[in-house]
Amino acid sequence: MTHFFTRFTRTLPVHLIIAVLIVLLTSFSIKAQTDRNAENAKFNEKCLKCHGQSKYQYINSETGAGVTKRMYLETIINRDQFAESNHKNFKCTDCHSEDYDTFPHPGRLRMESKYACIDCHGGDEKYAKFNFEKIETEFQESVHSTKHSQDFNCWMCHNPHTYKINARSEEKIRDIVAYDNAICLNCHADITKYQMLTDKVNPNIIKEHEWLPNQALHFKNVRCIECHARPNDSILVAHNIQPKEKAVRRCVECHSTNSILMATLYKYKVKEGRSKAGFYNGVIMNEGYVIGANRNYYLGLLSLIMFGCVAAGILIHASLRIIKRKK
Amino acid sequence: MSEKIYLYPRWIRLWHALNAILIILLIITGVSMQYSNPENPFIRFDLAVRMHNLSGMILTVNYFFFLIGSFITPNGKYYKLSIEGLPARLMKQFTYYTFGIFKHEQPPFPVTRESKFNPLQQFTYVIAMFMLVPVVILTGWALLYPEVVLTKFFSGSGIKINDFIHVIIGFFVSFFMFVHIYFCTIGATFVSNFKSMITGFHESH
Repeated sequence: MTHFFTRFTRTLPVHLIIAVLIVLLTSFSIKAQTDRNAENAKFNEKCLKCHGQSKYQYINSETGAGVTKRMYLETIINRDQFAESNHKNFKCTDCHSEDYDTFPHPGRLRMESKYACIDCHGGDEKYAKFNFEKIETEFQESVHSTKHSQDFNCWMCHNPHTYKINARSEEKIRDIVAYDNAICLNCHADITKYQMLTDKVNPNIIKEHEWLPNQALHFKNVRCIECHARPNDSILVAHNIQPKEKAVRRCVECHSTNSILMATLYKYKVKEGRSKAGFYNGVIMNEGYVIGANRNYYLGLLSLIMFGCVAAGILIHASLRIIKRKK
Repeated sequence: MSEKIYLYPRWIRLWHALNAILIILLIITGVSMQYSNPENPFIRFDLAVRMHNLSGMILTVNYFFFLIGSFITPNGKYYKLSIEGLPARLMKQFTYYTFGIFKHEQPPFPVTRESKFNPLQQFTYVIAMFMLVPVVILTGWALLYPEVVLTKFFSGSGIKINDFIHVIIGFFVSFFMFVHIYFCTIGATFVSNFKSMITGFHESH
């Protein structure tokens, strides 16, 4: 006891100092980060003053008159969405040229090459678990890439100014589904955007999926990519979009104990280990219900035993009736 | 010499035949969906879903047909369960089925125009027709329209409770069907009760 006490008092100050240091360093680094974010937001305000709204104003240096012009739709940044996006803490000039600081912007800046996801996220230890390299390979194999080559890039689906990852948040699956499907519908339900990349007529999604029972229910509860992308174990969200002929059409791919939803839609939650004992695919049970995929082991077993007892009872009764029948 | 009584009017025979076909279809498709397996599909999933939904809808209409029919004709009286002395009557019938029948004793509650069912039949039919079937119909419709029914009453989480009830009651209806069909063979002859379903005449022992 004495020995323990001496050791404790001897080591206490060291531990205490380390603990205080860690707390101080962490709070300093958090504070530094917060300050930097606030500074960046203030800096971005200079750009958003024009790009954050549908019109912008300037003084014509020749005439000295104030001019109001409409901002091109593609160059408008939605402030609210940007403030919630993954890239919210970046400065505009982290990705765009610092020369944008001047107005009118120099014409050569139009030729500025834009970053792809992999330029920042590839080969970085911090993002290793997301396996961006694999995502890039999967995307290269997808119809989006093979059919449209260079014209189709990450930004087509993941707008860098608004995109946010929500599968890891506590949002409901249904909200995640709506958010993710909106990305597909952005082009697949908009003829003008769709025809930016092809001359084909955009297929009518409702009509194309007429074969699908309970269509509206499926659309609200399942992401497009569940059936249209090939799942890959090493990445969280499948990026290998398949040609329509290869889309999942067999109901039992989802409606069975080996439901592919467990490898796609519910993958993150499965990895979190939120399954319930006794239930197959218990994760789905938290928010949804998939016939054939949600089963209870004990209920199945009990029903089998009861079916067995009923059958045995009938068999015994029938046999006795035959044996004891009037001769 | 066996006696024949006209017990089953045409509308009951029609309702019963349709009910039997639908419930058998519902059991088969229900089991196929509940235990769906890509390697060994019993009935193709989408087909099973459509058949199950359609059968359930027709069953609902048929159930109302039965309710209205029983209300406006004397058929309803057979389902009026008298609680007084019920356990003793149930026991008597149960003893007959488990012992008496093998000794070729006369049934304790012979079928008459006034009493179509023996106590055990009456008791199980009341439970099946007025408890199990309505619950299975209601939970089935709720599963057809989860957006309308379930999210309103259970704020979204009710779907699994509802499904659980539907499946469990479905199992009980299945057990009832097995026993019901088997007990049909206990008549004047092995097939006489099946014949009654077509002719309407009950043949006594």
